[in-house]
Amino acid sequence: MEDFLYFFTFQDPSITWVVLGIMLLGIGSAYVGTFSFLDKKALLGDAISHAVLPGICLGFVLAGEKDPRYIVTGAFLSGALATFLSSWLKQHTKLSEDSITASILSVFFGIGIVALTAIQKSGNPEVAGLNSFIFGNAIGIAEADLFLYGGLSMAILLVLSLFLKEFRLMVFDPGFGKAIGFPMKGIRFVFNVLLILAVVIGIQAIGVVLMAALLITPGAAARFWTDRLQPLLLLAAFFSILSGILGTYVSFVLPQMPTGPWVVVFLSLIALLSFIFSPKSGIIRRFLARRNYLRKTHKDHLMKALFKAKEAHKERLTLEEIHALYPFHKKEITHSLQELTTQGLVLQDSQGIRLSTQGNSDAMRIVRLHRLWELYLNESMNIAPDHVHESAEQMEHLLTPELEAQLEQRLNYPTLDPHQETIPRDTP
Amino acid sequence: MTFDSNAFLIIFTGALIAISCGFLGVFLLLRKMSMTGDAISHAVLPGIVIGFFVSGSQRSLEVILGAGLLGILSTLMIDALRKKAKVQLDASIGITFTLLFAIGIILINLFAYKVDLDQECVLYGEIAYLPIDLWITSSGLNLGPRITWLAGVNFFLILGFTYFLFKELSITSFDEQFSSAIGIPSKGINLALMSMVSYTTVSSFESVGAILVVALLVVPPSTAYLWTKSLIPLLRLTATLGILIAILGYYLAYWIDSSIAGMMVAVAGAFFFGSALIKGNWPLGLRGTSKSSPAFDS
Repeated sequence: MEDFLYFFTFQDPSITWVVLGIMLLGIGSAYVGTFSFLDKKALLGDAISHAVLPGICLGFVLAGEKDPRYIVTGAFLSGALATFLSSWLKQHTKLSEDSITASILSVFFGIGIVALTAIQKSGNPEVAGLNSFIFGNAIGIAEADLFLYGGLSMAILLVLSLFLKEFRLMVFDPGFGKAIGFPMKGIRFVFNVLLILAVVIGIQAIGVVLMAALLITPGAAARFWTDRLQPLLLLAAFFSILSGILGTYVSFVLPQMPTGPWVVVFLSLIALLSFIFSPKSGIIRRFLARRNYLRKTHKDHLMKALFKAKEAHKERLTLEEIHALYPFHKKEITHSLQELTTQGLVLQDSQGIRLSTQGNSDAMRIVRLHRLWELYLNESMNIAPDHVHESAEQMEHLLTPELEAQLEQRLNYPTLDPHQETIPRDTP
Repeated sequence: MTFDSNAFLIIFTGALIAISCGFLGVFLLLRKMSMTGDAISHAVLPGIVIGFFVSGSQRSLEVILGAGLLGILSTLMIDALRKKAKVQLDASIGITFTLLFAIGIILINLFAYKVDLDQECVLYGEIAYLPIDLWITSSGLNLGPRITWLAGVNFFLILGFTYFLFKELSITSFDEQFSSAIGIPSKGINLALMSMVSYTTVSSFESVGAILVVALLVVPPSTAYLWTKSLIPLLRLTATLGILIAILGYYLAYWIDSSIAGMMVAVAGAFFFGSALIKGNWPLGLRGTSKSSPAFDS
């Protein structure tokens, strides 16, 4: 608890710096990453983050020490080369996007390892710090470097916010953007520059391999909560900040723990929770919706069977007769029967199962919808009578009362369906 | 430039690993699952660490089991995110492998006092120490380098895997629905392929490192794919490339005194970009007057 207070009151300036740094990096990459996620190019960021390694080594060799300016420039250049190569390969060869990404990623990383090993064997004492690029070292960011990285991060945010409309076009409808006169190639170029910048500065904190998480995961998680772009970006940034702070806190309390991996674990946790519990499109929500729909169809089928029996002047059906109609859904039929009985739509007695008055009217509606839809398909869509049943079998569960009224009106309150069966209505 | 028994052993082992990875990589490429291979090679890290922690040795069965399980787990997780949670494929891959890799690094730090497992060693290995690392039986019999044996066993496993499941692998790669229709368990074949990928990753990570395994899985098949489309030539060309990469990689690394595995990848990259330059569809103006047929297949 003491640790908690000490950490979250930010008494220690070094904690403030680290948290501030992680937050700035996180927001920048969450913004850029959300765009590339929506663009379905999420793994390009992963390729770039592996591909900056040769550039980092080159910058180190040229500067002779760990000068962030050289390293950022070198990293940027090799990231840019990787981006250019991957779009060139995409356009000019028959290779699929994922094999291009994987090839670029591993080749650049391999070259980076060659350079890194060569530098290490050269015996330069400064070389120890270079490894921190591979695994990241959030705590190790010096205050002076923070201004460079923070400044770049702010620049990314600024450009993205100023040209929000252009980037939105690039992601959602580049063809339309081109047609109304936007320079789509230029916009994509600027976006790639921003993406590479975000990767280059993010790597400092989180390392080559885990950088992809900072780009992809916040956007993917936020996508489960909203459909609109601006809330999406804000939410992604918020997730990123939250996990940044939590990750730093863990590595503050347990000093042997690295910050970057914990940030990623918290981010993924947020993402997984969103996937499961999101009220919009989460797994649980969709599972329940599907289950309810299936239950409704089974209940509808049962009532339809009873109604049709009644049409054939058979007041009751036994359970065995119903089972014979739906031989593959015995369990579901039993379940629906229980539910319908408790709802008072179906009555059971010693001679069998029959519909109650209310149940009769409900069942009639289902059959009516089925036959109305068949007639509609036959008359308005010119579909042969022997082809309309399948579609009606689905629509009978879905048509709303409003649509029913429209169908009735349009077909002028018909009495017979294409199979010459009566369309049943409640007599007023 | 020397050629002694050590050089031969390293090149031989490198070629074995490159060919095994390449064979699996061809099928990954045809299934458009190259990035899944990449994800698996990152995601096995926690399995390696746990296996290492349990057995206390890098060479134990537990490590291979742990990595294999994690490889399958990551495939299942990618699949579940995509199908159950409806996350797009690239994001499912990204989320899965970063999470598992992060857990792996956390575990390394957690067990740092108890196990001597270096994260760098896992990531980029070192094939140059191979001749020193000998397999000596308890009776003192020297059987030669351990990693060469490991690579050899792996090579024959993968050779057997592709040979016996060749029909199944190719049909599921080209037409999954047809294969299901004629009764091939395409999901099972897929899982088998993924477990082979994880097994290869773990048996090669000591020598070439987890990330460079990806390069050998992806780059030679992609290079070969630029030259041919038929499956058998694709496999042959991939194997040839694997051998060339091992030889050139060794001597270039020897020459500038650097990582052999890294250099193998760099050589593979050179072949890849060279082939792309030759076989890429150039704009009409640059294609010149060569008689090669214009590319209809873009």
